[in-house]
Amino acid sequence: MPTITIDNKKVEFENGMTVMQACELAGAEIPRFCYHEKLSIAGNCRMCLVEMEKAPKPVASCAMPAGDGMVIKTNTDTVQKARKGVMEFLLINHPLDCPICDQGGECDLQDQALHYGFDKSRYEENKRAVKNKHMGPLVSTIMTRCIHCTRCVRFSTEVAGVDDLGLLGRGENAEITTYLEKTIDSELSGNVIDLCPVGALTSKPYAFKSRPWELTKTETHDVLDGVGSSIRVDSRGKQVLRVLPRINEDTNEEWINDKTRFAIDGLSRQRLDKVYIKNDNKLNVADWDTALNKIKDELNKRGKEKTITLSGKFTDAETIIASKLFLEGLGSNLYDCRFDNAQIIHNESESYKFNSSIQEIENADAILLVGSNPRWEASVLNARIRKAYINNNCKVGVIGPGLDLNYPYTKISNSLSGLNDIKEKKSEFSKIFHNSKNPLIIIGTSAINNSEGASVLKLCADIAKKLPNYSNTFNPLNILNQDISRVGSLELGFVNKYFDNKFEENIKENIKTNKPVIFLLGLDEIDPKNLEQAFVVYIGHHGDLNAQHADIVLPSPAYTEKTSTFMNIEGRVIQTSRCYNPLGEAKEEWKIFRVLSDLMNCDLQFNNLNDVRKHLVDNNKNFLQILECNNTSNLSFASPEVITEHTIAYNISNFYMNDSISRSSETMANCTNEILNKAKAS
Amino acid sequence: MKHPGMTNKVYNISNDVFNWSEENFNRVSEIIKKYPNSRQQSAVIPLLDLAQRQNSGWLSKTAIEKVAETLSMSYIRVLEVATFYSMFNLEPVGENFVQICRTTPCWLRGSDKLTKVAQEVSNAKLGETSTDNKFTIVEVECLGACCNAPMVQINDDYYEDLDEHNFRKILIDLKNNKSINKGSQIGRQTSHPKRGNDA
Repeated sequence: MPTITIDNKKVEFENGMTVMQACELAGAEIPRFCYHEKLSIAGNCRMCLVEMEKAPKPVASCAMPAGDGMVIKTNTDTVQKARKGVMEFLLINHPLDCPICDQGGECDLQDQALHYGFDKSRYEENKRAVKNKHMGPLVSTIMTRCIHCTRCVRFSTEVAGVDDLGLLGRGENAEITTYLEKTIDSELSGNVIDLCPVGALTSKPYAFKSRPWELTKTETHDVLDGVGSSIRVDSRGKQVLRVLPRINEDTNEEWINDKTRFAIDGLSRQRLDKVYIKNDNKLNVADWDTALNKIKDELNKRGKEKTITLSGKFTDAETIIASKLFLEGLGSNLYDCRFDNAQIIHNESESYKFNSSIQEIENADAILLVGSNPRWEASVLNARIRKAYINNNCKVGVIGPGLDLNYPYTKISNSLSGLNDIKEKKSEFSKIFHNSKNPLIIIGTSAINNSEGASVLKLCADIAKKLPNYSNTFNPLNILNQDISRVGSLELGFVNKYFDNKFEENIKENIKTNKPVIFLLGLDEIDPKNLEQAFVVYIGHHGDLNAQHADIVLPSPAYTEKTSTFMNIEGRVIQTSRCYNPLGEAKEEWKIFRVLSDLMNCDLQFNNLNDVRKHLVDNNKNFLQILECNNTSNLSFASPEVITEHTIAYNISNFYMNDSISRSSETMANCTNEILNKAKAS
Repeated sequence: MKHPGMTNKVYNISNDVFNWSEENFNRVSEIIKKYPNSRQQSAVIPLLDLAQRQNSGWLSKTAIEKVAETLSMSYIRVLEVATFYSMFNLEPVGENFVQICRTTPCWLRGSDKLTKVAQEVSNAKLGETSTDNKFTIVEVECLGACCNAPMVQINDDYYEDLDEHNFRKILIDLKNNKSINKGSQIGRQTSHPKRGNDA
């Protein structure tokens, strides 16, 4: 390996590294504004100057490729002087408004000015003023503060794949803007706020809310999509003020989508914080004892062995296992989590997981999307597909109606029958697909939410098995679930064949004949009309659709208020942390089922969270290793089915508001109006 | 210094339509052919120039968007280029776009007087267009013909060795649509020494 000498210290580096990366290997910290690991190199801020032997003047280390035998100095007087000079130039026009700037306290410019700045300015001229630009409902701009690092421009062009931002003019007239100040049309737009090293782009909903040092910072995971991005929740009291991404190369890299970041105001609206019982068609506040005893009476009256439990989008694994054990104690196995009617092959975990792992998308050179809109279903995963397109010229084929994706794709058909052509290598894309080295199949739930779903899975498995990269260690078949609860629930067997194919109709049928007690674990994606004759117990945290129609409402904590376990789409076990205590009288679901089990005399063998988790692991060993996923590659359900004509309709109509938390969020409502409705109108 | 090429604003006229003229349409495809496949966005500068010439010396919103669509680029990328170069005017200009050099050599040789003359003849202030749309008068920094100072650039051509009299004549001739001579106004060959000073 080549070596480089940095501050008299010899380090080995890999070919292709820059001087800055080599300096980091040697432990020398280099200040920077424009350079960002995940973006292309611009080299325009000049803050990273270092001295290089035999070079007549300091070089920008971020843009200089490291070479064998180079001698670099990062802490000499020349370097210090050069950086001080750069800093002085940056500060000529930067306003002194730190006291009223939202970036204050976490500002790169502030921090670096402490080391390289002068205590006073040598300039008497006026500072330049730049008009603020409109960039939509999420990003607020104070453009006078901009230092033209162009990170935001590179992010939106390269990662988000929307050519919306640009740097106009030059020199003193340079300005960052969107074309004619249009809204940034990307669901990753919030990341430019994190990327901005100064306070030019800040969060609109968070404006003037708080200082970073006042916030309680909790490292946890997002639950608003299936990826389970690593996030940091900044809260004050019982209010989440903001969500920031944490670096996790396995799932979200450094990005999170705008729903994850901005739907948090939904956590303090429409919340259920008390127990409610319906009397005379009106929900009245009640206490836990009355409510639980009422449930007990209804269970006994209506027949406890007929009880149904359905889980929603945010149900954690602890709730699933507790409610499953409770229901089995009652003598019922009518539980399910597939409210969107997505089919699976029973007892085959490969039929509902993202088997190849999210990271593998980067290596793909051909991707077949079957009934999936990854941009909305898993935005950060979609950023990986774009990465594959940029780095490997990955070819993407779409089976389903046309989509607005941020990479080019070949549309194969509107109907699922396009799969037949792929299998028989009829269409042009199928030839490309079968001849590529690293193809992947990604099946969205919109492709399998019908009675043919199982056949689609079987056929796709058959196609996957014949792909060149299929082996007993690598599985190119991926199912992209939209909800964080899904894979965990299925892994725990929270599913009943009875609900196969026609979920909602089967429920309707069952309720008509049995009139049972039905527990909804935060499930709002089902028509309350179908539940009318049942006794509905809604356990959840938001007063959304079904809570209003329930007979009893039991409050439970939202994802920021409890520590719970989830499995993301890959089957990766993630554990969220409690950022603050639950609102009002909310109780964790497993506690509710534990108390109910006492009332019903069915013995549940757990008394605390650890016991519940023991049950989890007993039930499924995959829950043992946090942040790991153990995926198999057998595809034993593969069979060459023939798919009949079935037109796909995507099952997300609004990215910004498709669960009970984001539906309660004002910010998300603004996004819907300003971004989606405008796009529809034009 | 007000200059239609040094603004970041897009000027939009309502109901404005920009389409390539037939002649220019053919030139567009010729220009694009000069660049390798998949690198055709490199043609953005020549196309902006072509569009500016077709659009009487400036780039309207629709012209910028037309260039972007012709090259399958996003609007913002084309606007970045158009705002970067001061030769692309983003506001309407008069028939004769008069750029008076005011950098030191020209200034020492009397560029201030030329500015005054230009304003008198056109009846327009610096940075503005005359009401008859004949002239847009702007001051610019060095145009690189210092040896024949003072000089001005009118549309594509340089007019050198000016003084109040010959510059006034040039402008009046332009106003009356008469033809004028390019280059040195005292018969100087390129940048040779002035006659009579040879020895």
